Amino acid sequence: MSLSATSDVSIQGIPPVGSTGVTGIAPLPDASSSSRWPQWFQHDQQKAWETFTTLRQPKRNDEPWRFANLKSLDLSDFQPAAPVQDRDSLIARSSGLGETGAKMVFANDEMIHRDARGLPANVLLIPLDQAAREHEDLFRKSFMSSEVRLGSKKFATLHRARLATGAFLHVPKNVVIERPIEIWHWVEGEKASIFPHTLIVLEEGASATVIDRFVSARDERSLAIAVNDLTLGKNSRLTYVGVQDWSDRVTAFHLNTTEVERDATSTALQMNLGGSYVRGESDSHLLGEGSRSVMLSINPASGTREIDQRTFQDHFAPRATSDLLYHNALGDSSRTIFAGLIKVEEAAHETDAYQKVRNLMLSDEAEANSMPGLEILADNVRCTHGATSGEVNEDELFYMMARGIPAKQAAQLIVRGFFGSVLERLENESLQDHLGAILDRKLNL
Amino acid sequence: MSAPTTSTLSIRDLHASIGDKPILKGLSLEIPKGEVHAIMGKNGAGKSTLAKIMAGHPDYTVTSGDVLLDGESILGMEPDVRARLGLFLAFQYPMEIPGVTIANFIRAALQARLPQGEELEATEYYAKLYAKMDALSVPRNFTSRSVNEGFSGGEKKRCEILQMAMLEPSYAVLDETDSGLDIDALKIVSAGVNALRGPSIGMLVITHYQRLLDYIVPDKVHVMSEGRIIHSGDKELALKLEAEGYDWVEKEFGKNAA
Repeated sequence: MSLSATSDVSIQGIPPVGSTGVTGIAPLPDASSSSRWPQWFQHDQQKAWETFTTLRQPKRNDEPWRFANLKSLDLSDFQPAAPVQDRDSLIARSSGLGETGAKMVFANDEMIHRDARGLPANVLLIPLDQAAREHEDLFRKSFMSSEVRLGSKKFATLHRARLATGAFLHVPKNVVIERPIEIWHWVEGEKASIFPHTLIVLEEGASATVIDRFVSARDERSLAIAVNDLTLGKNSRLTYVGVQDWSDRVTAFHLNTTEVERDATSTALQMNLGGSYVRGESDSHLLGEGSRSVMLSINPASGTREIDQRTFQDHFAPRATSDLLYHNALGDSSRTIFAGLIKVEEAAHETDAYQKVRNLMLSDEAEANSMPGLEILADNVRCTHGATSGEVNEDELFYMMARGIPAKQAAQLIVRGFFGSVLERLENESLQDHLGAILDRKLNL
Repeated sequence: MSAPTTSTLSIRDLHASIGDKPILKGLSLEIPKGEVHAIMGKNGAGKSTLAKIMAGHPDYTVTSGDVLLDGESILGMEPDVRARLGLFLAFQYPMEIPGVTIANFIRAALQARLPQGEELEATEYYAKLYAKMDALSVPRNFTSRSVNEGFSGGEKKRCEILQMAMLEPSYAVLDETDSGLDIDALKIVSAGVNALRGPSIGMLVITHYQRLLDYIVPDKVHVMSEGRIIHSGDKELALKLEAEGYDWVEKEFGKNAA
């Protein structure tokens, strides 16, 4: 791949705060081979790189960054990720669900494994760069097509500039994929940076379940800026789960956009099990009448982890439903930030919109910030929003201990139960069990 | 009262308070394995408090006296340690634990009783659980329901007895197990308790009403008033209390008895 919009790459880091004059790493990481992206996208990436360098770094007074620890946003220390050493061991470790419909494995932004034999013939599960070459119209229509509105425009632009590949799933009209598709994204290397991407397009009446797994190969400090675009055609159904299990030293951005057409249902769950600083942005567009977006998140925070989540439930069409449920359990001196907006546009009559954030405080040093928001421009709507914070109920704890369960384990069970009530919102029971087992391991149950 | 030190649950001159307020004022009681004792008394006599103190509730402070389980003092032990030693408390108001299924809850309690590194055998566990559930007319799909969440009063009490049946304690304290039950539920719960009676368990049934004791017939009945046992007798005492109330017994045996 050719080097760079900026010619001088003697400084290898990603430029920090508004450092337009500073040379940084190239938009494309590999100088030796030619890009797999089509010309027009390479051009696009160069422009993105230039934009990235001109966009200013978030400041303390920026509303979308309120309460955030801005020190975590200095990315100048991170380097392009080198190809991984041992592909086979990472492929072997990419073992989640027993039965998958298909699987893709990426390591340091390179596809190292793909098995799509279980998919119907007309379903596309291909690398993103291949999609750009062979299905340009589809790609252009759905790839990062809506504005980044929740604060991370600079980082989304960096993602666009540095994107090497990703997963592209296209499910044609009325095709139902029964078994979940599992996509693994590995990062390896101290100071390595990766840019995972999952793009999903369901045509009318299609149905699929996709699990994105985000994992560190080792306990290393790295950077991940991950994006997913979920596009749901009329009457389609998507269950999307992001299992973020980076090492505890990773700086991670997980930026989502969901567009839901008439009578379609999106159910998306983000589990943040790892990371040092984790910024999540989830932007749901309810575009069609009767559309539905269920937005879920499970956040066990411990150590000094900061989980910073910003959400948007934007209702454009009548009789649509959005339903957000985020559960945070905060131990040690961890922090969470939640800022969510429900907006009901003028045409969106008879909207049902719900937003609920619950913080379970496990430590006096932990800090939860919740900023729910509501903006209603239509009539006859039903909206509720609220954030609650509470501690482990002493009577519950006593009840469990009176059965012989030690205090520490009883508290973990209560935390597990607190998250279980979010998992229950997924309709697929075997998926619930699978994710529950991942949580059990994380909580040492 | 001289008592054998083994095979009894022994409460000796127990004084306890919440904050500065004394609740138990020298309560003594011996429950040998194989027997069922009942404690009756007016509201406010301290019956439920006694149950919580025995189980180790952190809100209460024992100021003097002792509670011995098979000769071993359990005061100062955490509630979970007492439970693993064989003490069980069926709660008057069982707690709801959202998101924790009954199956996982009971499994965690059994697992806690195994030596480190030993895993509970899942097939055997479920076979036993289902058998006990069937016996208590608890629908099998309850295993995947969250503990007590959305349960009726009767379901909660049956769930308590189910836990007792699974954990096989050597001493069980049943706190107002009859409260909130209709007659059918009372019969089911009582049958469940009676099925567990035997030489390897001692039970203390705390109740306000004699009605429960028609179904769980006690070996001994104790009357509690103002933090003490003031009078003991056989099952006929319960009938007399039902017919004549508590005033006579308090006059005759209570603090201000002539």
